Amino acid sequence: MDMESQTVMPSASNVGPVTTKMTARDVSVYYGPKQALKSVSIDVSQENVTAFIGPSGCGKSTFLRCLNRMNDTVASARVEGEIKLDGTDIYKGGMDVVQLRARVGMVFQKPNPFPKSIYDNVAYGPSIHGLARNKAEMDEIVEGSLRRAGLWDEAKDRLGESGTAMSGGQQQRLCIARAIAVDPEVILMDEPCSALDPIATAKIEELIDELRGRYAIVIVTHNMQQAARVSQKTAFFHLGTMVEYGDTKTIFTNPFEPRTKDYITGRYG
Amino acid sequence: MSLSMIALLVIALGVVAFFVARARANVFDAGALATRSAGDRPHSRPVYHGWFVGLSAVLPALLLLTAWSFVQPRLLDATIVASLPVADQPKSQIDKDAIFGEVKGLASGELADAFNPASRAAVPAYQANQARLQTEALIACVLISIGGAAWAYTRLAPQFRARNRVERIVMGILIFASLIAVLTTFGIVFSLLFESLRFFNMVSPFEFLFGMQWSPQTAIRADQAGSSGAFGAVPLFWGTIFIGAIIAMAVAIPLGLMSAIWLTQYAPPKLRTILKPVLEILAGVPTVVYGFFAALTVAPALRDFAFAVGIPGASSESALAAGLVMGVMIIPFVSSMADDSMAAVPQAMRDGSLAMGATSSETIKRVLVPAALPGIVGGVLLAVSRAIGETMIVVMAAGLAANMTANPFASVTTVTTQIVTLLTGDQEFDSSKTLSAFALGLVLFIVTLILNIIALRVVKKYREAYE
Repeated sequence: MDMESQTVMPSASNVGPVTTKMTARDVSVYYGPKQALKSVSIDVSQENVTAFIGPSGCGKSTFLRCLNRMNDTVASARVEGEIKLDGTDIYKGGMDVVQLRARVGMVFQKPNPFPKSIYDNVAYGPSIHGLARNKAEMDEIVEGSLRRAGLWDEAKDRLGESGTAMSGGQQQRLCIARAIAVDPEVILMDEPCSALDPIATAKIEELIDELRGRYAIVIVTHNMQQAARVSQKTAFFHLGTMVEYGDTKTIFTNPFEPRTKDYITGRYG
Repeated sequence: MSLSMIALLVIALGVVAFFVARARANVFDAGALATRSAGDRPHSRPVYHGWFVGLSAVLPALLLLTAWSFVQPRLLDATIVASLPVADQPKSQIDKDAIFGEVKGLASGELADAFNPASRAAVPAYQANQARLQTEALIACVLISIGGAAWAYTRLAPQFRARNRVERIVMGILIFASLIAVLTTFGIVFSLLFESLRFFNMVSPFEFLFGMQWSPQTAIRADQAGSSGAFGAVPLFWGTIFIGAIIAMAVAIPLGLMSAIWLTQYAPPKLRTILKPVLEILAGVPTVVYGFFAALTVAPALRDFAFAVGIPGASSESALAAGLVMGVMIIPFVSSMADDSMAAVPQAMRDGSLAMGATSSETIKRVLVPAALPGIVGGVLLAVSRAIGETMIVVMAAGLAANMTANPFASVTTVTTQIVTLLTGDQEFDSSKTLSAFALGLVLFIVTLILNIIALRVVKKYREAYE
């Protein structure tokens, strides 16, 4: 399927001028002999939140994990095609995967704070990348990250407590704080609210909206209302192919593809 | 008929009862099939009726037989004593044991003649009593067996819940089996405890636990030198800790941990499937083989090395040789526990760290190992308790001299080595020398018990953290 023709470049409807942050062209992923993703092409913009929706097993998470090469940790995975970050192919030999992941951060489906203190969780990234020269600078980074993740007020008096002792929603915001502590350019979120209750979910969605613009955000979600609420661009995946990609408003009100329409209206999925 | 023959007979009765009951239950089934009404379907399948009746025939009878097998020898011993004339009554326990042994040997035909004429006289009475008791046992067991089977058989009916009954009987058997294991452990502990108490009647616990001089050789004749014996076990404890907890762990912890990290985190899957079993084979090598290796290869090489570089006090039986080889033996323990506990750290932890742009080794050092640390510590403690209880290697390579030395090239001795030396060969079991082995065993048991309890608690606590 020719994706290019359907890829509507984002309009400036709700977010000013748009610059492309990441581009993917004809990306296919194989797990052993099984093809999980078939020739996906997509542009991720700096200013928008991009949502990937689709039924389970459709390849949306697989594609997300290609964007910071987390699929490298799966021994049997093989990625074909081209993914560029600011014009540089991230799958080219000589690409420093460690640096790439510092630039393209990730938040996972299940909150996964390290069994360390809240402070150490946030300080983890800056300390391995040497972003702080002394304790004062580190304190600043930790406070700033927690503030941006909307967790400072809840966490400031318990920075020494274990991150795993927090509630699920707080843990997930801690993971977001941890991700933004290394000042990434892109944040990938893999169903970040699927393990959370509605109130915690609302807080994360609010947070995503606040972070928009500062970071390019890509979010995978099962929840179509969530995609509609937080994103400006939506891609619909089905059976390993990207069926449709466009403005969220268009996808949800007037989709081009009948399969998208069937999914959005709950005919399957 | 001997008691084991009676047991076989009871089991045979049980088999017969099984088939009879199953045949009867088959009739219920056939009846239900004929009427074809769901309400008439028997509650349990015929085989359960069979098992219920069969087990009812066997279990009570076997229980009685077991009890009988404990009581019968006592009764027989009493009849021997009773049948002896007053003049020949044994005066001490040793005399008694000798007469009992002779009478039993003569009665079974294993002895051709007895040393003590009194024994010969007691044989007919013994044989007659034995025959009478065995006949009584036979009659009682068969009656109980048939009685149990008959009682069970009368209960059979289409709606009888044989399946549930069998389930409960099976549970009872399982509980009984686990009780035996637990009770045996307690039995071992108590026997250690009682023998140790006898020892502590002769030597004060304070001297034993804190004394610095170990020389258990007590004189057989009064004019021998060194007749007093000294039972200060501190040099033994030191030797045990030096070899098992210091030298062996200095080898096993780093090597085991690093090999576990490499195997789980870096090794290609194919290589891992080959190397992991190979490493685990190390744990399957008999310890006596490690003993050869330590005594014949490692120890002389270390001694020559020590002489060559001029280390004083080098001996051909050294703490270092035993400790190094023991460390190698313990590697698979440490590595498999470390392996398990690192594998138990959720993949999400690793992903979280890698997604922050950490390298594999940073992830291992800063996330994986700290998260797995309680499990690793538990594994190390288990390994220590295994090492200090290890016997063969130290017997062959560590030596017998109770030295208090921190020189790894010198010879030291361990608790287990001393127990082996104290208890091998002909020993009298009322001398403090022999009994000290039980006290040493008790100390070893308590220490390993404590180590194991701590290790299991640490591991358990850590498991809860992720579940």
